[in-house]
Amino acid sequence: MAERLVPSRLSARNILRTAVVGVNTRRNRSIMSALGIAIGIAAIVGVLGLSNSSRSNLINQLNALGTNLIQVQPQTGIGVGNATLPTTAAGAISRIPNVQDVSQEIATGANVYRSSYVPSEYTAGLTVSAVDPNILTTLHGSLAQGQFLNAANIKYPVAVLGANAAQALGIISLQGDPTVSIGGRNFTVIGILNTFPLSPDLDSAALIGIPAAVSILGVANTPTTIDVRANPNDIDSVLGALAATANPENPDQVAATRPTAQLEAKAAATSTFTELLLGLGAVALLVGGVGIANIMVITVLERRSEIGLRRALGATRRHIMVQFITESLILATLGGIAGVVLGVIATVIFAEVQAWGIIIPAEAIWGGLLAALLIGGIAGLYPAMRAARLSPTEALRST
Amino acid sequence: MGESTAVGPVPGTEQPTQDIGDETLVADLAHVIKDYPGPPPVRALDDASLQIHKGELSAIVGPSGSGKTTLLQIMGTLDRPTSGRVEIAGYDVATLSDRELSALRAQKIGFVFQQFFLLERESALDNVANGLIYRGINTGERRELAAHALERVGLGNRLQNRASQLSGGERQRVAVARAVVGRPAIVLADEPTGNLDTRRADEIIELLEDLNHDGVTIVVITHSQEVAARLPRLIRIRDGQIVEDSGRPSPRTGQPARSS
Repeated sequence: MAERLVPSRLSARNILRTAVVGVNTRRNRSIMSALGIAIGIAAIVGVLGLSNSSRSNLINQLNALGTNLIQVQPQTGIGVGNATLPTTAAGAISRIPNVQDVSQEIATGANVYRSSYVPSEYTAGLTVSAVDPNILTTLHGSLAQGQFLNAANIKYPVAVLGANAAQALGIISLQGDPTVSIGGRNFTVIGILNTFPLSPDLDSAALIGIPAAVSILGVANTPTTIDVRANPNDIDSVLGALAATANPENPDQVAATRPTAQLEAKAAATSTFTELLLGLGAVALLVGGVGIANIMVITVLERRSEIGLRRALGATRRHIMVQFITESLILATLGGIAGVVLGVIATVIFAEVQAWGIIIPAEAIWGGLLAALLIGGIAGLYPAMRAARLSPTEALRST
Repeated sequence: MGESTAVGPVPGTEQPTQDIGDETLVADLAHVIKDYPGPPPVRALDDASLQIHKGELSAIVGPSGSGKTTLLQIMGTLDRPTSGRVEIAGYDVATLSDRELSALRAQKIGFVFQQFFLLERESALDNVANGLIYRGINTGERRELAAHALERVGLGNRLQNRASQLSGGERQRVAVARAVVGRPAIVLADEPTGNLDTRRADEIIELLEDLNHDGVTIVVITHSQEVAARLPRLIRIRDGQIVEDSGRPSPRTGQPARSS
């Protein structure tokens, strides 16, 4: 007589329909409960985006500088006076184990002019540095055109211009062997450099050979800066030996610094801070999840009659459970999407202001949405189980 | 008359034997007892036996606390009896799981409640279409059937109105449409006029009478003597016992043969 009774399976679309009703009916409350999740996800996405953007900026700088560059300079300050480095310092340093490259710079105090007719006060902020020919290697510089100083020409009045200096002097080409005036003497320009990523001082300088500086400009042969490239794995041992090697008589008059040390510290500090903020974001997310669970429990209490009606219309316990879990998932997903959008916007604005490259890791976005879904599911589980356990008569009794 | 071996006569039943396995029998309750555990324990139904046939329009009347709502819940398979046999649309409720009971309600039983129970933000059309959502009918067909049902109850021009925009009488019409849209074997109406003024109440009763003329089997539960007196069959319940049953009227005469 009677065929077997099989409850219908709700299609995904119908499950969504039943769940959207609840979300839609109490819009304000839905927004408020999704907000908790949104703030948590926004915090996490924002923190990951910002820290990645800022760290990428630092790492770019570090890569440009090379972390193994050490600069040795005479110690300046109260009680030291105008200390100088001994002429022999560079040679001594080059004999320290694990030192890969050494080059000297001498600030000549002279200025460079387009010609001897230019009044001497029109320096355009350009300086003249006497350097070793290998400084290009040590400082990771490169030539835009022409050639650099070499053993054959360092005694002669030839100059290589830094990128800014060439521009300021109006020398864009080496055709016709342009000359510049340094200390009243004409120097032939033999090369023009690209920008130094790490030594902006040299961009605004004319570089000449040390022997030429000594003989032509009468500069003392005491280096003002010695650039040292050390084996990246033995930087500390090189650092320890530098002062005593450079100036054995007065090691305290030697200052050895790593230009990248500060940046490294900054990068490290940023990552510690990131972990802290991520922790805070996770707490916000947890609170958001509890908020959703809370709202769902209240919702189930308030909507007993709807549950009763649905059971009367033929909903199984499973149908009811799925409906409420789906509602919770919808709330969390809405919150998650809003959070990702907020986090991305915050990152973009902040990175723009800081002129950083914008890097928002894809894991932050997917992870954020996934976390939201997970939290929604967990938060909805208990209320949904309560809704499903409600007997139809009990549900219908309350009004 | 189909023969059924699944359902045997219950000992002590005084029903005529030709009713057993009767295909026109949509609700068959025999010696139903329903106890609610205390404290204090309450016997809401005490040995209630009742048969509802296809095409009947019956009233179950009794004061509040008489057990009439319990009777409706048991007939509607929302609750199970403590003892006794309940058969709805040919299915013995005791043999069905909770899931199967849900399916039975989805396919065979329509409900109308005193509080209407409409989803306020949904349109009249969607509220009625919701009556079919658990029957696995797709959205387009649900809406089509719902539109017909709403036209049938006189709300053909209110399909897209939200439930919250409708008057009480209109809301109850929507609820009636939702109950009948799936062509259930039986419609159970629990105080359908309880929240309505006299005029709207009359209209709802007239609507139920109309639907009954079209062949819908309806049981109305009410505490109103007035409402009950209008319906062809009157079943009176007091203290969980059926104390009066005018019996199955001869079809369409509307004159019940009183037998109390």
